[in-house]
Amino acid sequence: MLVLGPLGFTAPWLLLALAALPVLWLLLRAVPPAPFRRRFPGVALLLGLTDDKAETDKTPWWLLVLRMLAVAAMIIAFAGPVLNPQDRQPGTGPLLILLDGGWADARDWPRRIDRASALVEDAGRAGRPVAVLRLTDAPQAPVFQAANAWTGRIGALGPQPWAPADLGPWAAVLPQDGFDSFWLSDGLDHPGRAELLAALETRGAVTVFESPRPVVALRPAIFEEGVVKVRALRPAAGGEAEFEVSARGPDPTGAERELARVGVAFRAGETEAVTDLSLPPELRNRLTRFEIVGLRSAGAVSLTDDSLKRRKVALIAGGGTREGLQLLSPIHYLQQALAPVADLIDGTLDDVLLASPDVIILADVGRLSVAEADGLLDWLEKGGLLLRFAGPRLAASDVSRDAEDPLMPVRLREGGRSVGGAMSWGEPKALAPFPENSPFHGLAVPADVTVRSQVLAQPDPDLAGRTIAALTDGTPLVTRKPVGQGQVVLVHVTANAEWSTLPLSGLFVQMLERLAVSTRPATPRAGDLAGQTWVPGAVLDAYGTVAQAGDVAGVAGEVLAEGLATGPRDGLPPGLYAGADRRVALNVIGPQTVLAPAVWPDRIAVEGLAADREQALKGAFLGGALALLLADIVASLWLTGRLRAAGGAVAMLALCLLAAPPSAQAQQGGAQDDALALQATTAVVLAHVLTGDPQVDALAEAGLRGLGRKLSERTSVEPAAPIGVDLNRDELAFFPFLYWPVTATQPLPSAEAYAALNRYLRTGGMILFDTRDADVAGFGGTTPEGRRLQELAAQLDVPPLEPVPADHVLTRTFYLLQDFPGRHAGRPVWVEASPPDAEQIEGMPFRNLNDGVTPVVIGGNDWASAWAVDDAGAPLYPVGRGFAGERQREIAFRFGVNLIMHVLTGNYKSDQVHVPALLERLGQ
Amino acid sequence: MTQDLVLRARAETLGQALPPLLAAAEHLSATVILGGHGRRRAGMGDEFWQYRPADAGDSARMIDWRRSGRADSHFVREREWQAAQSVTLWVDTSRSMAFTGDRARPPKADRARLLALALAVLLLRGGERVGLAGDTAPPRSGRAQVDRLALALAGDAPADYGAPVVSGMVAHGRAVFLSDFLGQMTGIEDAVARAADKGVRGALVQVLDPAEESFPFDGRTIFESMGGTLRHETLRAGDLKARYLARLAERKDRLAALGRASGWHFLTHHTGESAQAALLWLYAALERGR
Repeated sequence: MLVLGPLGFTAPWLLLALAALPVLWLLLRAVPPAPFRRRFPGVALLLGLTDDKAETDKTPWWLLVLRMLAVAAMIIAFAGPVLNPQDRQPGTGPLLILLDGGWADARDWPRRIDRASALVEDAGRAGRPVAVLRLTDAPQAPVFQAANAWTGRIGALGPQPWAPADLGPWAAVLPQDGFDSFWLSDGLDHPGRAELLAALETRGAVTVFESPRPVVALRPAIFEEGVVKVRALRPAAGGEAEFEVSARGPDPTGAERELARVGVAFRAGETEAVTDLSLPPELRNRLTRFEIVGLRSAGAVSLTDDSLKRRKVALIAGGGTREGLQLLSPIHYLQQALAPVADLIDGTLDDVLLASPDVIILADVGRLSVAEADGLLDWLEKGGLLLRFAGPRLAASDVSRDAEDPLMPVRLREGGRSVGGAMSWGEPKALAPFPENSPFHGLAVPADVTVRSQVLAQPDPDLAGRTIAALTDGTPLVTRKPVGQGQVVLVHVTANAEWSTLPLSGLFVQMLERLAVSTRPATPRAGDLAGQTWVPGAVLDAYGTVAQAGDVAGVAGEVLAEGLATGPRDGLPPGLYAGADRRVALNVIGPQTVLAPAVWPDRIAVEGLAADREQALKGAFLGGALALLLADIVASLWLTGRLRAAGGAVAMLALCLLAAPPSAQAQQGGAQDDALALQATTAVVLAHVLTGDPQVDALAEAGLRGLGRKLSERTSVEPAAPIGVDLNRDELAFFPFLYWPVTATQPLPSAEAYAALNRYLRTGGMILFDTRDADVAGFGGTTPEGRRLQELAAQLDVPPLEPVPADHVLTRTFYLLQDFPGRHAGRPVWVEASPPDAEQIEGMPFRNLNDGVTPVVIGGNDWASAWAVDDAGAPLYPVGRGFAGERQREIAFRFGVNLIMHVLTGNYKSDQVHVPALLERLGQ
Repeated sequence: MTQDLVLRARAETLGQALPPLLAAAEHLSATVILGGHGRRRAGMGDEFWQYRPADAGDSARMIDWRRSGRADSHFVREREWQAAQSVTLWVDTSRSMAFTGDRARPPKADRARLLALALAVLLLRGGERVGLAGDTAPPRSGRAQVDRLALALAGDAPADYGAPVVSGMVAHGRAVFLSDFLGQMTGIEDAVARAADKGVRGALVQVLDPAEESFPFDGRTIFESMGGTLRHETLRAGDLKARYLARLAERKDRLAALGRASGWHFLTHHTGESAQAALLWLYAALERGR
């Protein structure tokens, strides 16, 4: 390769042809433009006239220059010019390919695999043995094998949802023989990287590949000062960058969707960006994760655990509040302790029950009315936590005296006791250490907590089991009883400092925390986790996709605590770990994780990041030569006086070359729209979505034509010829029904098209999605079409779905049907879920279901093939075998008829539930 | 043949727009064939003119006995002398007439034929005798002559430029020459002179294509006559425009002068214009020429 400054030539000897240009000059100069022969009777009058000037006999100089430039450009183009050529030396000997394989690689993993595959192929051509290592694995010696042994395996490699651990041990396992290395780095510094690099350099040349795409990660969100703080970080301080963070969680119906979206902007020169997200508690408590929109990486996803949740706590004090005695108020300390960490609700018991709080605290409340008690019990059965504090009123009342009150964990002895007072013997009692089965186990008991008065529990057989905290003399201080899914906890002292110093101590807050009354601190301490087995509920893969953990084994609390400090690793995938009473999110990026950019020494060649990338200029030169030749055509025409005649054609050509596609489309647009509108509105028109696959489009068209014929034959619906709809261009409002065959390769519609589709769905349109794959993998499974459907529908406003219930109006709009075969049979078809409160009226064969038309019908039975007919009306595709097949085709047609009837008449047939009532009203 | 039919149909259509054209007759003697022209004097004809007392030279056969019976003397019934005019048409069918500057326009020959036939239709309707110069279609009257004329007009001459033919021209008749008159002037002048010698008067209609008037050419061009016998090469045709137009104007002047000198009318007609205007002018010219 010849290199001249920034230009290199792959075939430099061709440049010698430039020397021939002067010859060309002479040749071209001698040949004037060819004359134009013209028949003209007036020539008789011209005879004898001579030209004024004879100099244009030769080609004008500027035309010569034009032609010379064109030829020179062609010569240079074929010499293979390359801008910023990079000299690649094909290596020899074994080649080791290292992939970081961590979460940061996931953002462009296919590109890395492509690069690695290309390297392996190159090595295979050069006969070099290859080894591929993924650094997130445990250190292992590379096994050099023939390249073709690796080609299949490389594609199967995937990134891991954690960062490579210490790379130092890898250096030790490398073989001593020389080999070259190619390191596909994720752009982050990992511990031991320098050691490994040094070890590799002793073996041979090292080349590094880094992706130019930036690494951005999301820290766990924290709740501070009443807002959720979303923090993003990046390894290197660059210019300004803005990302959108999506907060996701279940909506009231349980389907997961985006609850909020907030932009987070890095300022120039900063590596961390913070933004505030203010959400109402209802939404905030539903958050399950944050993710950076458009980034597929586990680092861009941050799962939230209980730390963001704020519990709703209702505080109810017995008796009227006495003004001026705030410090004596039974709930003063509770308010102080809980206000920062929970949402407090005030009000009467009836009112707060309506707000369905997580916890209700009754401080010194004695007798409850029957209605209140019933309401509380119902609430407890559903999982509420009732925390009661004793007090003078409770001690004076006869609640739970003779028989155990359902709202009390134990029976109480009359009166209670006082110790250490002026009128009693003994010292104030201290707390005993918490037993192992107590939720308070592990909390340190301060010595200065003393109890002077308390209510006493009646000794009962199960008292010991219900005691979770006791005094040093063994009398129960806190007792607990499960009720349904909830529990009742009684603290045998007051919630204020009257009977004990407990509310004044830090232990009080910790105990509330352990009882899940207050929200825990953001990061659990190791001690909190120890001693339990934590079972992963949901785990993240490297691409940031949340999946159910399935059979991933639980981990010990100590391991989890270590993982929280150092990040996930093999055997401890990031995810949501559930313990006995809380859930802990283990994220790739912890609160303290620091992202450091990988800095490579200057001697290492780094690919992929180079600002001046190699760029072949052959196309540009050839294009330039072509443009010059076109200009030469125009100039020659002009010279010979033929430009006027050819003017139209030339102008047309120029128009085509310059800006034809958009302008042509724009010109056609208006007229086309009108034509489409007229065509679509003069009759009922069934439409199908153009997928870009001509075969599928033709099939859909034939299918709808067949269905249209059947409709005309059997019903009063007489559709016109079906229309193919281009989602990106055509107005959808004209069509009551869209058939959307899903192909695996179909492009996603534009954002405007999605807006139009959502408008269409909301305003009563219906789309029949047909994956045409017989739904072999089950709904939402793993066929390519199924995955494409998920991607297509991700941005659609699709309601919750369910398989068609037996009493859906679709089963009886025209024919009575129970299954909906197309070319395939027996697979479920999904429609909008019926409302949860739908109930069957006595004597009615079906429920009173949706008011309206289901906006989508999803299935994979390939209906269009069953419906498709040719121009003569004969079926195009076989369905099944013999008579059974024809019967299946007939049922397919019936499904089509029912579907169109459903689209056109809505829930008309559903209204039949009212017929008996109407008849009754008519007096029959 | 179908082409002739088309030509005739178009000519008929064009002719319908005008009242029958009666050519003026100045001379009666040689072509005494009764026609539609009353000569305002006694002679041979169908229309009654006057009764006159019989003279000595009148044969008995000429005496109108019915009139004479009502009087004492003899009367001869005289009829108005009626004569038809002979109009000879010459249409240039040489190859130069096949030129058209634009595919949308008919060639000059088409327009010349159309004008000739339309004029013939008009004249025949007026009772005149119309024929073609040369011996293909001698002057005759009657509707059937239209077909013969149309047939005779269909042929093309192989020459590059045409010169008027004087043979077959009836003395003291009328003549119309339709051509582009771009050939040698000598032939034209000669023909007009010989026609004038015979006492024939008429009209010269120069049919030109608009392209021949505007000379819209530029660049290096080889101009060839339609038959290829003449050629002229130029490097910049645009430069020739002014001189060409000057020569064309000179040619028109010469033709007009020729007309004036011999009592003929001259018109330049362009194929881009309406044929009606030219026919109107021809109508007026033949009326005027008496």
